[in-house]
Amino acid sequence: MKLFIIGFLSGIIGGMGIGGGTILIPGLTIFANIEQHMAQSVNLLSFVPTATIALLYHLKQKNVVLNIILNIILSGLIGSLIGSYISIYINSYMLKRLFAVFLFIMGIYEIISKQKIGEKQNEKAQNKKKQ
Amino acid sequence: MKRHTKLMIIGFMTGLLNGLFGAGGGTIIVPFMVFLLGIEDHKAHATAISIILPLTIFSSIIYIKSGIFNLPITLNVTLGSVIGGLLGASILNKVPIKYLRKIFGIIMIAASIRILFSK
Repeated sequence: MKLFIIGFLSGIIGGMGIGGGTILIPGLTIFANIEQHMAQSVNLLSFVPTATIALLYHLKQKNVVLNIILNIILSGLIGSLIGSYISIYINSYMLKRLFAVFLFIMGIYEIISKQKIGEKQNEKAQNKKKQ
Repeated sequence: MKRHTKLMIIGFMTGLLNGLFGAGGGTIIVPFMVFLLGIEDHKAHATAISIILPLTIFSSIIYIKSGIFNLPITLNVTLGSVIGGLLGASILNKVPIKYLRKIFGIIMIAASIRILFSK
């Protein structure tokens, strides 16, 4: 039940386009005592169903810029291969600390971020109401 | 720098960090696409998913093959996060995202400090 609740809360935040997995992982290690590698594995896998549904929706809406993704995905797969193996080969203690530094930077980014995705949609929703 | 090279570097860095930390690929790639490639915000978010999904599936396979996998934990968390994700997306227009983003930024920083000073 605890795991479900942690997933649920981080899902709400992720659904709003904030942090997503970067919140779920510390949630799992701090509140459910799950080991760092395992928390990362859970986060990767839990992303797949939601992202698949979201992607199908966005493909239908033609929101995906298809002409750039092939290059990014190909080099991304090489990066993923290297990143995943580095992660597997370093110990939990070290990985957890590296992750904390990453989380710290992500936190700063969320604070200074100028992304207006939610706000734009807010405006649209309000304009619709006015009309 | 040529656009082609830019794309390759962005992809590589995103994949590397997403595989290493099992998270964050989307957060990294969206600003790159918005500021470096000039793609609109909502399109950048949608495009980010189309990139992160295959990378995440690939990393997941490597994690699972290395034995880092627990089905009951994964199922419990996934069930929660799918339901939570739908709820989050549906209330997106009704909450002050700008402030929430800052609040969660602070929570992330607090969590990172807690982890750094834990055993």
